[in-house]
Amino acid sequence: MSAAETLHSSVQTNAPPAISLAGVNKWFGALHVLRDINLDIALGERVVVCGPSGSGKSTMIRCINRLEEHQQGKIVVDGIELSDDLKSLDAIRREVGMVFQSFNLFPHLTILENCTLAPIWVRKMPKKEAEALAMEYLERVRIPEQALKYPGQLSGGQQQRVAIARALCMKPKIMLFDEPTSALDPEMIKEVLDTMVMLAETGMTMICVTHEMGFARQVADRVVFMDRGEIVETGEPTALFENPQTERLQLFLSQILRGH
Amino acid sequence: MSITTDSLPVAPRLAPALSVGWLGWVRANLFSSWLNSLVTIALAYFIVKYAIGFVDWAFVNAIWSVPNDAAGRPDTSSCRDNKGLGACWAVINEKHRFMLFGTYPYEQHWRPAVVCVLFVGLYIVSAMRRFWRMELALIWAAVLTVIAVLMWGGVLGMPYVPQERWGGLPITLILATFGLAFAFPLAILVALGRRSKLPAIKALCVLYVELIRGVPLISLLFMASVMFPLFLPEGMNIDKLLRAQIAIILFAGAYLAEVVRGGLQALSKGQYEAAEALGLSYWQKTGLIILPQALRLVIPPLVNTFIGFFKDTSLVLIIGIFDLLTAGKTAIIEPMWQGFAVEVYVTIGLIYFVFCFAMSQYSAKLESELNHGRRR
Amino acid sequence: MSDTAIDPRYGTKPPKRPLRLSWGDERVRGIVYQILVVGIVGSIAYWLFSNTMHNLEVRRIATGWGFLEREAGLPIAEFLIPYDPTDTYLRALQVGVLNTLKVAVIGIVLATILGTILGVLKLSKNWLVSRVVGAYIEIVRDLPLLLQLLFWYALLQGLPGPRQAIHPATGVFLSNRGLKLPFFEWEGPHNWALLLMLIGAVGTYFYRRAARAKQMADGQPRAIWPAATVMMLVVPLGAWYAMGAPFTPDIPALRGFNFQGGLTVSPEFFALLLGLTLYTAGFIAEIVRAGILSVSQGQWEAAEALGLPRGRVMNLVVLPQALRVIIPPMTSQFLNITKNSSLAVAIGYQDIVSIANTTLNQTGQAIEGIAIIMVVYLTISLSISLFMNWYNSKIALVER
Repeated sequence: MSAAETLHSSVQTNAPPAISLAGVNKWFGALHVLRDINLDIALGERVVVCGPSGSGKSTMIRCINRLEEHQQGKIVVDGIELSDDLKSLDAIRREVGMVFQSFNLFPHLTILENCTLAPIWVRKMPKKEAEALAMEYLERVRIPEQALKYPGQLSGGQQQRVAIARALCMKPKIMLFDEPTSALDPEMIKEVLDTMVMLAETGMTMICVTHEMGFARQVADRVVFMDRGEIVETGEPTALFENPQTERLQLFLSQILRGH
Repeated sequence: MSITTDSLPVAPRLAPALSVGWLGWVRANLFSSWLNSLVTIALAYFIVKYAIGFVDWAFVNAIWSVPNDAAGRPDTSSCRDNKGLGACWAVINEKHRFMLFGTYPYEQHWRPAVVCVLFVGLYIVSAMRRFWRMELALIWAAVLTVIAVLMWGGVLGMPYVPQERWGGLPITLILATFGLAFAFPLAILVALGRRSKLPAIKALCVLYVELIRGVPLISLLFMASVMFPLFLPEGMNIDKLLRAQIAIILFAGAYLAEVVRGGLQALSKGQYEAAEALGLSYWQKTGLIILPQALRLVIPPLVNTFIGFFKDTSLVLIIGIFDLLTAGKTAIIEPMWQGFAVEVYVTIGLIYFVFCFAMSQYSAKLESELNHGRRR
Repeated sequence: MSDTAIDPRYGTKPPKRPLRLSWGDERVRGIVYQILVVGIVGSIAYWLFSNTMHNLEVRRIATGWGFLEREAGLPIAEFLIPYDPTDTYLRALQVGVLNTLKVAVIGIVLATILGTILGVLKLSKNWLVSRVVGAYIEIVRDLPLLLQLLFWYALLQGLPGPRQAIHPATGVFLSNRGLKLPFFEWEGPHNWALLLMLIGAVGTYFYRRAARAKQMADGQPRAIWPAATVMMLVVPLGAWYAMGAPFTPDIPALRGFNFQGGLTVSPEFFALLLGLTLYTAGFIAEIVRAGILSVSQGQWEAAEALGLPRGRVMNLVVLPQALRVIIPPMTSQFLNITKNSSLAVAIGYQDIVSIANTTLNQTGQAIEGIAIIMVVYLTISLSISLFMNWYNSKIALVER
């Protein structure tokens, strides 16, 4: 079945989409990693992207803040089209926050400095103001007491929550999560997922690459299943998981369930 | 460990006497087998034998000073008779000022002496971690300025001393330290350039680094001494020391660039991506995230490279610049002191050794600390 | 559908994106930056070049390579190819290159042997041994090589003259004229024996490969040393014997004020080789030590747990991994020996730098002289780098 047919099932069409990918293609050398991706995400929508490894899901969300460059098609984020223009790139990076699988905190800076760095240098915020803002978000992810420590002194779960706070300090409209719990020990996954659930409750537009099906069921408005560089199936989580339409999704779900 | 003794099922027993204490240590490290014992004894015999020989030569039979002859010049005949039996430290006694400060005016020797102390102070400050911040660059600029003022003089009542009269240890320290101070920024730019996505810039940097690293320092020094004068417009000239200094900067820049590049490569891609995702520009990313981490990572190899060209500055001897080694070699040119090269080289070696050993110990200590910190 | 279907992600090509002429385009900026930098560097280079041309004209300095054909008139003490001061500069420079290669090659071999021994000894469980080796390494590494060379040279010059030479064994004399060693008259059959030995070494290499391949086929390990002995020792010696077994010992002896016969190692060459070897061995020892330590204890244990004999563990598991760590820094040490051999000029051994330097002083053609030095070293450096890179890529592990 075609991906395009199921695409707009749950999107509120009256508002312009926060993110729109239309006919996006990308190659790594000779490998065609994204094939005709069409996806619209509305403001406030929470989308979970899943699929086997190498399916192109990370590449897709990395295209949204242009950590990767797409070669064909159109990506519009918050009304700004991603082009070769560096100005549009700067504008988009301010609006889009990103959380990585391996946290990528800056080990030579304290937690507080990690959080204030971008507000000070990109948003040109006074230091005092930036620190107040950082403390506010650190409280929200419930680790204000760690503010003066260095990343190396924190557990993986704490580091990932700091990474979320760091991204939030730029007051982004959209948050991207690239497998945020894959590098964590099982007992730490929950604290990070709780933070993400809390963030979802604030109405943040979120795109999240993850295999945490419980999380998908709990917060996602829509689940996108990708395989071999294309969107195979999308839909509301319960419907998608309980009634997969394609063989590929059935296979993937059976592997995920067997794994757990 | 949280196990307490009362939870142990058996009472603790003492280890056998021969496996603990100093006796145990000696057994394990020196006499663990027949072969080992044999090696230990043979080696110890040779060490003791040569140590005694050395002490006899360097202290017991040594001559520390010589009388003056009728003409008021040192009479070295006693030293010559003693050759092969004992060292003639009289040559050091007589010539140490010349070896340390060259032809710098004798009554002004306090100035190069202060300069040497300042250099050592600068090294010590740079070695302390709490000074590893941007302010260190300012400290360097200030100290190097003071050093230049002291050496040249001409202000504050200090008579002017032309560069031709400088010599000895200050020259060695100047060449090495100024070399580092100027080569380091150059190296950072070249290292960044070599990782640039722009092919022309990358090619230029690769060309520079590989060209310099492919030829010996001597050839660069020759180039500085005979070719630089041809490079400049007629009438414009720069002195010999500055030319050698430029050659050393170009040389050091290429080697340091490779060290810095190693640090840049050691950083994970995630650091670059996280900085980009936060919207930092190229120079913000480089200055705030990448360089502070990369440079910290390469401090031990950086110190080792510095030791390398601290030693390599001695090559200026070949183009006739008056550094510590040249001063030493010149000190024994007078006929009466000829033949006492070994004493002079041992002394000069000791000075180099003190500097290099301190730096290499520091680098080793730092490396183990940094490794420890990373493992934590 | 099945997983074995052809992966649809292959077979297409990305489209070319047109360049948009706008300052906002990263690629446009890149091109502008590159033009700027290349332009600045180029104009500095042009400025220096035009100054040089002007200066050469004003000072009436000859340019060009004509001098290479002129008579050098410069005496050279040591040469590997026949040389006479009436020969051309070109010939003199060739002698210099060969002298550089001679000291570099011998130095590399000796420093590698000594450095490896020291590196292994540094890891000795005997405290005294590892301490003595450690002290040696620290001392040679912390003193300038030039100082060490001057020291050895001064020491050799301080030796007694030929008449009072140190004479530790028959035919061995150590004096201020250098080292004299007994040798034998080199004749035709010796060349043949040497050639056969080289062929034997190549043959051994291929025999080993064939034996390995057969072992892989039938599982039977085969000993290599009998064939190796025959090919590299028995055959050459047999050939030498068959050709009449010429052997005329050539033992140096004192005649008048100097020695006659034997093999001469000049004090300059001896000091340079000694200094280079002792200095570089200190660095190589550290590299070897680090390489051995880099193979974790776990690798030994894992291989022994598989039941491999200890010798095989060393050969098949540890050495390949240690070499991967050792080869790159070793390459730069080999390059260092070669480049450091240029310090010869300070003690009067006539290598390429020394001869090119004399040449440029005699002819006044500084640019050509320095260009010769640089081209020679760049060629040597590049050759060593290429060879070592090739060797390294052969033994490198594929890591992901």
